[in-house]
Amino acid sequence: MAFLEINGLRKRFGSLEILKGIDLTLDKGGFLVLVGPSGCGKSTLLNTIAGLESISSGEIRIDGDVINDLHPSKRDIAMVFQSYALYPNMSVAQNMAFGMEMRGVPKAERDKAVAEVAKTLQITHLLDRRPSQLSGGQRQRVAMGRALVRQPRVFLFDEPLSNLDAKLRVDMRVEIKRLHHQTGTTIVYVTHDQIEAMTLATRIAVLKDGELQQVGSPYEVYNSPTNLFVADFMGSPSMNLIEGKIARTNGAASIVLQRDGDQPIVLPAPSSANEDKLHDGGSVIFGIRPEAVSDPESADRHSKSVATFNSHVDIVEPAGSDTFVVTKIAGKEVTARMRADTDVRPGQNVPFAFNLDKAVLFDPASTQRI
Amino acid sequence: MSAADLLTAAPSREPARHSNFTRVVIYGLLILFAFIYLVPLVVMVMTSLKPLDEVTGGNMFAPPHHLTFDPWVQAWGEARIGVSDTAGIAGYFWNSIKMVVPAVAISTFLGALNGYVLTKWRFPGHKLVFGMMLFACFIPFQSVIIPMAVILGYLGGIGNSLSDLTGYSFGFGNPTENLVIVHVVYGLGFTTLFFRNYYEAFPTELVKAAQIDGASFFQIFWRILMPNSTPIFIVTVIYQFTNIWNDFLFGSTFAAGDQSPMTVALNNLVNTSTGIVEYNVNMAAAIIAAAPTLFVYIVGGRYFVRGLMAGAVKG
Repeated sequence: MAFLEINGLRKRFGSLEILKGIDLTLDKGGFLVLVGPSGCGKSTLLNTIAGLESISSGEIRIDGDVINDLHPSKRDIAMVFQSYALYPNMSVAQNMAFGMEMRGVPKAERDKAVAEVAKTLQITHLLDRRPSQLSGGQRQRVAMGRALVRQPRVFLFDEPLSNLDAKLRVDMRVEIKRLHHQTGTTIVYVTHDQIEAMTLATRIAVLKDGELQQVGSPYEVYNSPTNLFVADFMGSPSMNLIEGKIARTNGAASIVLQRDGDQPIVLPAPSSANEDKLHDGGSVIFGIRPEAVSDPESADRHSKSVATFNSHVDIVEPAGSDTFVVTKIAGKEVTARMRADTDVRPGQNVPFAFNLDKAVLFDPASTQRI
Repeated sequence: MSAADLLTAAPSREPARHSNFTRVVIYGLLILFAFIYLVPLVVMVMTSLKPLDEVTGGNMFAPPHHLTFDPWVQAWGEARIGVSDTAGIAGYFWNSIKMVVPAVAISTFLGALNGYVLTKWRFPGHKLVFGMMLFACFIPFQSVIIPMAVILGYLGGIGNSLSDLTGYSFGFGNPTENLVIVHVVYGLGFTTLFFRNYYEAFPTELVKAAQIDGASFFQIFWRILMPNSTPIFIVTVIYQFTNIWNDFLFGSTFAAGDQSPMTVALNNLVNTSTGIVEYNVNMAAAIIAAAPTLFVYIVGGRYFVRGLMAGAVKG
């Protein structure tokens, strides 16, 4: 049985439904990331797990126990807030020990636990300081320390890195990942940053408008998105989504992508698509990630199906490690990831290699995967 | 000095000369207004240190010839207040202290508690409740006197019954305690407004974190909210202290004779219609009456501006 279980969870504010029937599970020691655009309900979902917001219907279980109606302090959870929420009038050590103090843990035991966690997080030298005397990264560590010291069953993180600058954010991301490996804790983590989601999670749940779009491992969510929203939301630069038509000749389906003043591109249907749903003449959205579109030399040699054709280069964006080349197909900008030293200039007609193993098809009407 | 130095130095000198003139104007005006504000106090202090014949015969602005502290001693312990009493204002001073300290403490504490509930434990209709409490700030003193008198009379009745039953009235009907009740009720609107606005900007995540840490309603209040409320606390205390100490209307209506607060006693002293008017004693008594509010301002004044700003600008 899963360690954290959410069944049919709904949350209404008056007539407005914020969470529309969420079903989620997480195994012990798992790292679940709730990701989605702002206003999708991810923070509300986290708050309902914490008990800071009540639920309208459904059930939340931790380790088999229903915790729906328990007070936040009785749920055996700890939370790291976006603003860190360190008590400004207490020292770092007092901040970390506050939860145990409220639970009546003897002072000696508290001090021991604080000292241990402080050592793990390398904040021992900060224990006597006030939060106002700490830098952003240090506050972040203290906030995590306060959560860790109680050894709760589930950790909740509410966009913990969004107040840090870019460099520190990457460092802390690694730190959180290391911490998760070391301690093997169960974590639910909210972010709107899909890179954070990809790098940290063992399991990702993509939310939109209070509904789960897809739940799965980072690999699944990235490589086989269930609908257009997930395909577009995950990945940076985002997936190329091109409108096309299906053509069936002698039983074999192919995808036709129209181009302005040029021959249409005809690609064999990707192997990931469900053949039965490809009707002749039907509309389709062809999705392919930028890294699956490249110069022919750097195309994946293990791929079973690579299609190459020439196209006019619109824009070239050197990013250091790679060069992103933008071309126009079917009226859409299509980004290709090429080698860093590719000598391509705007206006040139160069070959693009599509790795069709990585391509996916969507139904434009239902936005679902075909 | 090189040409480059001259270039960089020249523009910085120009605004400096300009601001010197502005500064003279600003300081000149400030000194003028400080003088206007201070003259009455200076005259009061000087008059209180002169013997009576020097006051009646001399110039008001002249410094004392024969320095004497007798008027102060008289004002404190010997002056005739009203018709019969000749014990000075000392007793009334303590009446005021006994009224002000509990009234300020209770109204400030309840205001803080109200502010906490109205911002961090919102309930349906919290806006209406706050609006009604705010309304208390706009009710003129005069309009509540009669209803208040009825209620206090009723409380006095309870006191009498308790006295009959147990031999002790538990303070019901005692004028000083009546005034404490009146000032607490009247002050609640203001103290609630102050604390609500301060706690509105207080991060709710701290309260949530404390909830998860297992702190109870009052533990959050004592351990998280209160230690971080010093500025608004001092603002409220100064405001309430000044208002309650300086109140005359409630004091003269609900307390009588030797139970009167300081302000009423001062009025009785100054308005004596028999005998010679002892201006020097009156001045000494007036300064004594004003001293506690001055003291509170001097001690907490720097927080006053800071605290008033804290609610206005976030962060």
